[in-house]
Amino acid sequence: MANTSDIQARAQRLRMNFEAAGAKLVEPPILQSAETLLDLYGEDIRARAYVTSDALRGEQMLRPDFTVPVVERHMRQSAEPARYTYAGEVFRRQEHDPDRANEYVQVGYEVFDRANPAAADAEVFALISMQLRDLPVRPACGDIGILTAAVQGLNTSDLRKSALMRHIWRPRRFKSLLDRFAGRTTVSEHREKLLSTEGAVSASAPEIGKRRAADIDARMEALRADAKVAPISENEISALETLLAVRETIPFAVEQLRDVAVDLPTISHALDRLDARVVAMRARGIDVDNLEFEASYGRTSMEYYDGFVFGFYANNRPDLPAIATGGRYDALTRYLGNGREIPAVGAVLRPDLMLQLEEGAQ
Amino acid sequence: MSLKLGVPSKGRLMDKTFDWFAKRGLTLSRTGSEREYAGRVDGIDGVELVLLSASEVPRELAAGRIHLGVTGTDLLLEKLPRWEQQVEEVAPLGFGFADLILAVPQFWIDVDGLDDLDAVAARFRVDHGHRLRIATKYHRLVREFLGDAGVADYQLVDSQGATEGTVKNETAEMIADITSTGETLRANHLKILSDGLVLKSQATLWRSRTAKYEAEDKATLNQLRDLLDS
Repeated sequence: MANTSDIQARAQRLRMNFEAAGAKLVEPPILQSAETLLDLYGEDIRARAYVTSDALRGEQMLRPDFTVPVVERHMRQSAEPARYTYAGEVFRRQEHDPDRANEYVQVGYEVFDRANPAAADAEVFALISMQLRDLPVRPACGDIGILTAAVQGLNTSDLRKSALMRHIWRPRRFKSLLDRFAGRTTVSEHREKLLSTEGAVSASAPEIGKRRAADIDARMEALRADAKVAPISENEISALETLLAVRETIPFAVEQLRDVAVDLPTISHALDRLDARVVAMRARGIDVDNLEFEASYGRTSMEYYDGFVFGFYANNRPDLPAIATGGRYDALTRYLGNGREIPAVGAVLRPDLMLQLEEGAQ
Repeated sequence: MSLKLGVPSKGRLMDKTFDWFAKRGLTLSRTGSEREYAGRVDGIDGVELVLLSASEVPRELAAGRIHLGVTGTDLLLEKLPRWEQQVEEVAPLGFGFADLILAVPQFWIDVDGLDDLDAVAARFRVDHGHRLRIATKYHRLVREFLGDAGVADYQLVDSQGATEGTVKNETAEMIADITSTGETLRANHLKILSDGLVLKSQATLWRSRTAKYEAEDKATLNQLRDLLDS
């Protein structure tokens, strides 16, 4: 195993490479506001991050990643375009797998630039790829933006679309919502009985708690309206399912996705962006023809990514986590930006895993 | 050395545990004054009684400071991640039945199950500016259950007692708590979600996998298992 000083030395070298590429060094604090992270990720973050507290500042978290504090920092100070790098420990609570590290070093590169998102995507991917060029790793990529465009384009109510959008990152829930909206599941007895009523429904039980009768009446109205919405057509559902299953090298993936766009025309713009990215990557010398594209990539673990997503994985070492991961997170800048937003893309490397792979190769 | 058996130090749980062992030929008793937590075991040699709070039993088992212990499934699973690695279930004791459930106000007529809850949580956050609060002391179990179910936009708030009252006091919108008859829930105008059963719990005898067992302890354990099986 590589020792701490080797890992630190490698981290510094990578960081200097990123500085040479034009990034400004930032050093976010280890303790982060728990509230920000909880609002962003929900209660699940507690299973992944260490929480501590004091009487003055309340709950704090040991940073589970750098992206959130880097975005917060950028949104406070507005000079743009901007490129940032950082190197330091992140902390991940482990409750199920004792072999997974609960503390490790990440080195990152983040680009905030509105000029040309496709070029910025390619820049980040190429820079990460360059750092890993001598290692036995293979990249994979995807694009969450195509999924969201597909959902937005479904011929159904806004309420149903936003329910699906909310669960893009929870594939199982997404699937069960989709089944329900396609009319594949039967309506529960409770719901049927509820829908047979009219007007404001007052229960005999007393009104307690902060969710008021008005909230319930509003949902009742929404449920009645939803019951009248026609199921999403078989055609659209099967197009969406075909889309989710696409897993091919880029040229074939693009071909299949264009086929899907016949039934889901709203993904066309997202596919144009994919095309532009492919051109920009090719211009940077990336072997795009052999690059694996998975439409569902990044749906289970990368909650703030909403466009291009990618990772690098060790060949023959499926036991290791990704050596590098990255992606586009425009929506996160909007969320943390208090009314401002900027297209942003970034990635992180794991120097500890890089050293481990090098040792294994010798 | 001797085998250390941890048993809840007071109340009905202690009495029923004593009864359960008595039926199997082992007499557990407290010694000394009422306030002194000391005890003894008759009917077998080499077993030492340790009286402690039921909520401390999981930790003591995991640390290997006791070899055997009686506590509820709820407490054990909440406190010990990867519990199978640390303890073994020896016998369910057939009392102390309780369900860990999710409950919402009865007047939420539009909410029957987890699907509804998820939809309501999303709406609640938009309308009220904070995530829907669930009062509980079973943070880990509830979080894992809701995570598996794909429920989002909720928030756990800690409640170590009188959890059913938190909704009326508006410190939470709903609760996750232990119930045996549902009486307290009904009295507080709460109802259980149709698919909101997180865990069925009962008092259980556990064996620590981490404690040290000398040769004589192993013999005692075998003898004890025979008694308990008969």
